[in-house]
Amino acid sequence: MALEDICGFKYTPAYRKVFSDAFFKETTTSHPMTDFYTLQTEKLRNSGRDSATPLHFFVPTVPNSVPFSSRPSSNNSLAVHRPFPLSHGTTTLAFIFQGGIIAAADTRASAGGLVANPDIQKISPVHSHLVVTSSGSGADCMQWERLLAREIRLYQLRHRRRLSIQGTAKLLSFMLHPFKGTEVCVALILCGWDKEAVTTDCAKKADSSCISGDNSSPAGHHITVSPACHNRGPKLIYVCSDGARLQGDIFSVGSGSPYAVSVLDVGLRWSLSKEEAVSLAREAVFRATHRDAYSGNNVDIFHVTARGWSQRQREDLKEEYYREKKREAMIVEQRKRLTELDFAG
Amino acid sequence: MEYLIGIQGPDFVLVAADNVAASSIIQMKHDYDKMFKLSEKILLLCVGEAGDTVQFAEYIQKNVQLYKMRNGYELSPSAAANFTRKNLAEYLRSRTPYHVNLLLAGYDDADGPSLFYMDYLSSLAKTPFAAHGYGAFLTLSILDRHYRPDLTREEAVDLLKMCIAELNRRFILNLPSFNVRVIDKEGIHDLEKISAGTKTDTN
Repeated sequence: MALEDICGFKYTPAYRKVFSDAFFKETTTSHPMTDFYTLQTEKLRNSGRDSATPLHFFVPTVPNSVPFSSRPSSNNSLAVHRPFPLSHGTTTLAFIFQGGIIAAADTRASAGGLVANPDIQKISPVHSHLVVTSSGSGADCMQWERLLAREIRLYQLRHRRRLSIQGTAKLLSFMLHPFKGTEVCVALILCGWDKEAVTTDCAKKADSSCISGDNSSPAGHHITVSPACHNRGPKLIYVCSDGARLQGDIFSVGSGSPYAVSVLDVGLRWSLSKEEAVSLAREAVFRATHRDAYSGNNVDIFHVTARGWSQRQREDLKEEYYREKKREAMIVEQRKRLTELDFAG
Repeated sequence: MEYLIGIQGPDFVLVAADNVAASSIIQMKHDYDKMFKLSEKILLLCVGEAGDTVQFAEYIQKNVQLYKMRNGYELSPSAAANFTRKNLAEYLRSRTPYHVNLLLAGYDDADGPSLFYMDYLSSLAKTPFAAHGYGAFLTLSILDRHYRPDLTREEAVDLLKMCIAELNRRFILNLPSFNVRVIDKEGIHDLEKISAGTKTDTN
């Protein structure tokens, strides 16, 4: 394909693994590039040392001769046998409000029915204005967060500007794409603040899925820049290892996410104050940990604004549970008193 | 789960897609746009497996734009549809087939409006009307019954509303809103979104 030629995609290790016959006929082998970015722009050069390409992992090869047999899945007999179930199960959420972005997550890492670690950190900062919440397989998330941090740091060093949040999401999504169909399980919410106006080549081409509403003018061929491309400000983007990449205002991911998102949907308004937003996030995670066995222990809350991210002190949800019980008891008391007064008066 | 529909008139094509981006039982987004603008007068509507849709559609989109940059003129809708089908067919028997169902709608200055139906096995058909998704089972017969080749735009929108009303009546999943666009010789125009509360004439 034309695009493959320009991008040099033929020389990536992922291409080699997938189209191995075609590759070896065409070119002499050479060592893979040092990172994802340089794969696309530089010619190949021989490097003696073992490069740390993110794509240079072992992708389990599985015979897949029948089209549309499902992609290599866990019930395949050639899959690697694991000594213990991977840590999965979590509740993470993030939303945008007038005061910025709140990201919250529980701290339990579960492996099957065992709590492997009751206090891990599921929200990690990538740079001063980007924080990533992770869910899915813990090991995969840690790995991919580090890779992402490395790639954007390299980008920043090369181009002397920070990659936009949408660009970061796209980069991550493309890095994950070769692993689609394998057992990599990663579902991240990128919570970041774009400080510079994002002027990508949106302006030049009839780009992307943002179709601007101005096309109805009969003068017709002026390409208006869709508003999303110029936005500074908070951004929430959900990126998942199946390839989904969604931008939105409120996301919740993980086994406890249905419980959390419903609490958020009821209580969330744009005009919340910071304290109200934090307590809404805390309550949403609390309700999810109450119902979901695979979420629990503590809650981490991060707040991202134009000045960067800040982390609140970790709070134990056990206390929240007892506080909730006390609150409920008080409300019942008050109601009883009111009805007694009604009877009396 | 997802629903696409296209209706071709004598000098326009009307297309609509639902707005839900779902992940198992949860709606992750309820204002998601499934239409990709390939050129000034061609739209690609794409549904299917989560990452495949965006990857494949953006790949086609960029290639169509590359063609324009290289050659100075745009691909016609029919050429774009065949190019898309060829790509889908090539990936079909590779280790990473794209599981996507597509509708390609466009207006050619020479040939007029056209609507192409493509599915994940890379079959391609030029049709006057088409639909994808479980909703198609409910709405194709309505289109068979009420479609005429000389529909005006208002009649086409009414036919679309009839289909959506049927979905709201009989489809077990809730599809609260739909993006609607029209392509004609002036380009692509956004029409009013159709939501669950919209009054439809047939009801």
